[in-house]
Amino acid sequence: MAISFLRGSARIIASGDRAYKIWVGALLTLIAVGLFAYSFQLRQGLIATNMRDQVSWAFYVGNFTFLVGIAAAAVMLVIPAYVYDWGPIKEVAILGELLAISAIIMCLLFVLVDMGRPDRFLHIMPMLGSPNFPVSIMAWDALVLNVYLAVNLTVVGHILFKGFYGKDYNKKIVIPLVLFSIPMAVSIHTVTAFLYNGMSSRPYWNSAILAPRFIASAFCSGPAVLLVLFQVLRKRTGLPIKDEAIQKVAELMAYTMFLNLFLLGAELFKEYYSATEHLLYTQYFWSGIGPHKALVPYAWGGLLATIIAFFIFLVPKWRRNMTLLNIGCGLIYFGVYIEKGMGLVMPGMTPDTLGEIYEYRPTFVEWGVTAGIYGIGFLVFTLLVKLAVPIMSGHFSAAHIDPVITAPDELEAEAH
Amino acid sequence: MNPMTTSNNSGGCGGSEAVDPGRRDVLKFLAVGATMATGAACDLEGFFRKSFRELSPADVRRMVTGWERKYSRKYGKAVTVSEAGPIDGVKFGYGLDLSRCVGCRRCVYACVEENNQSRKEPQIQWIRVLEMDKAHGIDINHSDIYYDAAEVPRPGKFYMPVQCQQCDDPPCVKTCPVGATWKEKDGIVVIDYDWCIGCRCCMSACPYGARHFNWAEPSLPAQEMNPKTHVLGNRPRPKGVVEKCTFCIQRTREGQYPACVEICPVGARKFGNLLDPESEIRQAMDNKRVFILKEELATHPSFFYFYAT
Repeated sequence: MAISFLRGSARIIASGDRAYKIWVGALLTLIAVGLFAYSFQLRQGLIATNMRDQVSWAFYVGNFTFLVGIAAAAVMLVIPAYVYDWGPIKEVAILGELLAISAIIMCLLFVLVDMGRPDRFLHIMPMLGSPNFPVSIMAWDALVLNVYLAVNLTVVGHILFKGFYGKDYNKKIVIPLVLFSIPMAVSIHTVTAFLYNGMSSRPYWNSAILAPRFIASAFCSGPAVLLVLFQVLRKRTGLPIKDEAIQKVAELMAYTMFLNLFLLGAELFKEYYSATEHLLYTQYFWSGIGPHKALVPYAWGGLLATIIAFFIFLVPKWRRNMTLLNIGCGLIYFGVYIEKGMGLVMPGMTPDTLGEIYEYRPTFVEWGVTAGIYGIGFLVFTLLVKLAVPIMSGHFSAAHIDPVITAPDELEAEAH
Repeated sequence: MNPMTTSNNSGGCGGSEAVDPGRRDVLKFLAVGATMATGAACDLEGFFRKSFRELSPADVRRMVTGWERKYSRKYGKAVTVSEAGPIDGVKFGYGLDLSRCVGCRRCVYACVEENNQSRKEPQIQWIRVLEMDKAHGIDINHSDIYYDAAEVPRPGKFYMPVQCQQCDDPPCVKTCPVGATWKEKDGIVVIDYDWCIGCRCCMSACPYGARHFNWAEPSLPAQEMNPKTHVLGNRPRPKGVVEKCTFCIQRTREGQYPACVEICPVGARKFGNLLDPESEIRQAMDNKRVFILKEELATHPSFFYFYAT
């Protein structure tokens, strides 16, 4: 029976209209660019990036951090959908989990490409290597990310597999796993925040509200991606996603956006009012240090985008306007990408611990590798959605499938 | 280079009886996949190895012999790799007299030569000399490391060399996800270059900028290679791993001074056994007033600064 599911899935993935094929073709091109760039980086070493001893984490780690937030935000849809058995959102919660899977895969890839010795990745795995538990936060991060990925893959795989045979999922498996995935989602982002937060050498990161800020901003950017996706899917696949579901998510986002801005304000007050030597890093981000102002336009652009998005989501009349809502989603996504990507990593390391200012800008190789990883993430998501939508809507199931694929004896075996 | 020879020296590590057979099979299976996946020339022998601290003395000996052969062939000279451990009753301490230092950077280059750092593109230096204003005192965030050493000492300026402070509570060791770096009994913080995954957490965690990454394949001309090496110190490093000052472990564990102490033309650098009241460093600590860098971070360095004159 697994064979017919796999064969049918392969067929679904391989077929599609022109737009689908162009989209997949574009993603494959991005992946090819990424592979080319990464093979260059493997040969040259990380010298192919613009990272140096002064700024030893940069674009890859920034993207990693941002995407952990996207993955964690899937929980926002999972909580009401499963725990409260709440109608309108339930049918789309599975999309959140698919997004989480894709985002985690991208996270793990960003960590891998940032490693000087990717061939030694097993050293961090329990049993196989020697993870430095319990003191190393990075060891914990690798653990929770992999467990979160496994949990989501299990839940989604099980629901789709059962759905394919027209059966309800096994509540004894799904409910405990989903309940478990809620603290997991919070933990992946908290642990990622602690990775920075725990470093006393970097005053910019060494702030107690870093983890709360991570969670708040994740609950802005993650749902922003989903809201746009819901509309695309509704239009292209006829998946019954109600306006009610979209508006509920949008309303929740207004609260988290407020919290996100409030926490940023609290951080800025502390830095600027106390104005210690540690203010330097915050200054580098918002106003630059001397001639070094590379991040300043991004800092203000990101803040402006975040504030405008907040008001769009806050005013009910505005967020009900789908065009405005989509603009708001784009703005908050951009705002959080700046804040939790480069806006987090770069000022943390500039100036470095001995006061040197090295202004980092990604190289073409870094852009290429990054494009490739986003290509892989989008492709994984596209294929998963392509598979999940017909199963969820009942158009793809053992009953509908070509009899050649589902041999009668297999169906019989399933019936028994 | 030759896969046959490299597997020779790994006979002890890869084929080590201490690894349980089930785990080895899994590793082998995964190793093949990983090799294909990364496409890099990652040697399987290194892949099967255990972390340094798990190895038996016999395993270490076998490995060291293998490295000696490999390096001797590569650099065309008799290279020795010492595995000398810490000496009982010794904890190393370092003193730096700020009133003497003139900022000539001779220590920087002596260190590069002694410890087989990459010579160019980029050159890796374990010591950074900060130039600061006499008018402001120690103000690391506004220091300059790119001053012209031909003009020192410049008026109104003073100099502060910074290298690994060999902390008693090292944040770098705490953060390493794979335990590839640790503090030895004699106080030296070391790295297992064959276990480091190159994630650079330790570089983010170090408050002293003491850790340096091999961004490219290190360039070490054969004629400049120092053949007297230590397993945890100045033996040649591969690209993609972190390295740092080890108080010249290959010298100090044999009773010699670190290269930077020896080269210093003004005698600003003191070194010795913190547990020996007669040692140079203890004399400085007892008779002068010393301070440590970034004491608020509670890293408890074994590296002390003082003003002797």
